[in-house]
Amino acid sequence: MTDHVQQTTPARKPSRLARFRQSDLWWSFTHKPSAIIGAVILTFLIVTAFAAPLIAPQNPFDPAQLELWNSELPPIWEADGQWPYVLGTDTQGRDMLSAILYGSRISILIGVASVVLSLAVGLSLGLVAGYFGRFIDNFLMRIGDVLLSIPTILIAILVSAVARQMLPPELRDVGSAAVLVLAITLSAWVQYARTVRAQTIVERGKEYVQAARLLKTPARRIMLKHILPNTLTPIMVAATLNFGMAILTEATLSFLGIGMPPSQPSLGTLIRLGNQFLFSGVWWVVLFPVVQLCLLVVSVNLLGDWLRDALNPKLR
Amino acid sequence: MSDALTVNDLTCNFDVSAPWLNRVIERKPRQFVRAVDDISFSVPMGGCLSLVGESGCGKSTVARLVTGLYRASEGEVRFAPGKSGEPLSAQMIFQDPYASLNPRWRVRNIIAEPLRELKLRNSEAEIMERVGELLKIVGLAPSDGAKFPHEFSGGQRQRISIARALAGEPEFLVCDEPTSALDVSVQAQILNLMRKLQDEMGLTYLFISHDMSVVRHMSDRIAVMYLGRIVEEADTETLFANPRHPYTQLLLETIPDITHPKRGRSIAASEVPSPLNPPSGCTFHPRCPFADARCKSERPEMRSFADGSRAACHRIEETVKAINAA
Repeated sequence: MTDHVQQTTPARKPSRLARFRQSDLWWSFTHKPSAIIGAVILTFLIVTAFAAPLIAPQNPFDPAQLELWNSELPPIWEADGQWPYVLGTDTQGRDMLSAILYGSRISILIGVASVVLSLAVGLSLGLVAGYFGRFIDNFLMRIGDVLLSIPTILIAILVSAVARQMLPPELRDVGSAAVLVLAITLSAWVQYARTVRAQTIVERGKEYVQAARLLKTPARRIMLKHILPNTLTPIMVAATLNFGMAILTEATLSFLGIGMPPSQPSLGTLIRLGNQFLFSGVWWVVLFPVVQLCLLVVSVNLLGDWLRDALNPKLR
Repeated sequence: MSDALTVNDLTCNFDVSAPWLNRVIERKPRQFVRAVDDISFSVPMGGCLSLVGESGCGKSTVARLVTGLYRASEGEVRFAPGKSGEPLSAQMIFQDPYASLNPRWRVRNIIAEPLRELKLRNSEAEIMERVGELLKIVGLAPSDGAKFPHEFSGGQRQRISIARALAGEPEFLVCDEPTSALDVSVQAQILNLMRKLQDEMGLTYLFISHDMSVVRHMSDRIAVMYLGRIVEEADTETLFANPRHPYTQLLLETIPDITHPKRGRSIAASEVPSPLNPPSGCTFHPRCPFADARCKSERPEMRSFADGSRAACHRIEETVKAINAA
């Protein structure tokens, strides 16, 4: 990570991959079935979601491909099921399998983007607050306290409702993904900032940081090169678990109708649309997106649990 | 011989007040700890001055004040001009060999950090060559540079710390209890290494320790600290042969003696008083076997003696007066 130098001695050391396979992390992974299951499911879901344009029978965003006489077809194992609509179709003749694949792609992308953005905000504010302390620390952490005291969903509703009104109508569909990411980030960064701040205060007091300060190293470099790498372990765990949370928040907002529009449905949007037809017996329109969402979040959480245990020195 | 470092009337207060809201609710005033209280000393060029004292007496604070990690509330720290004409550059060796090396950096990068930050070498090849030299100087192999700190023992880590300190090409080294975390056999190795480096490179040391035998081995001159003040300062041999201050006598009694392993020690039973609320007058009076009413009310001044020692104690003053009168 901080290796600026090429290996001067001839490379008799094992490769990076070989070293990883000898590490404690890999060992604990191979000895935890739930982690393996989580990883397999998550990999499968991610690959299929991003391969959606190649493997999906239909492009659910293209109205020209939708045939109304194919609407409300049941899954293929039911009596009226039709190939290639494996999981049936919704009221507009949209293939559910395709919609789920494309929807997962949107859900995953929004989840990743909001985790990355909140990491960037949370890490930098947490480092600054912990390193400089005093007024900056108080100021940033009180803002964080206020945000934490309001439920995540409420903040997200507020942000997306306000942003939606401010966006011109032609940008609403395009901008809704960005608004969702922003809304989730606004409440998610606090947790990272707090974790990093606490760790930064611990590391700042250690003597290697004082040694660096003796060299008149600029504060920015001390924070990035000395302190940040030593705070990342709990952050990795939090980020993994928050990835699942972000997908759920996105689904909730879309379910409430302030997330992704029906023209670009995420899993949450699909559940909302399907929910309306549940009582007319068209159960497949809502069940399959729900199952997909559950699988996605559970597999992420299984991985997060493993990571939390594997990186906790007390549980080794 | 000229002085490498002069410290005049150095004082350092730490604000340990409760947060503002708690202070308002509980109606408590701001609270300060006077960690270092009006101390003065100087270190001769190429010499070694040791600061000794119990935990919490302000030794490490002095070390951090001297290197500039803490800002002094009052007083000044002045380094003499070095070879380059600039004030002497100081580096520091820390107490805890586990916390003083960044666990995620390879050793060669830890040692190269001063070279890179202070731009002491131009090319990466020169930096790595110097890192190899430094590792050899402190008794490690250049190939150890590729390892991480956790692969080394405490003594080896302290060698790495020394190598990093030397990489900054200092003429002055502040050593903050460099051996107190090590076991005794390793302590001797590290101390001998530091002595050797002093002879070879003409370094000046400010050495901080609570261990009288370590201090005797290392230093030319010793200053004894108690609750933020210097109570006695003398050349090493003078101090051990003729300890003047009762506190110094107490400290010397704590040295284990191989010929009298079970000798009785009249160690004052009480703990060090809290620096938050130091005793009046001479801060040592609650533990001092010779204390009287004057010690409780009046702070003793530092007095110099003919053999170059200094001490702050009313009793010594009175004894000297009595001898002069006789």
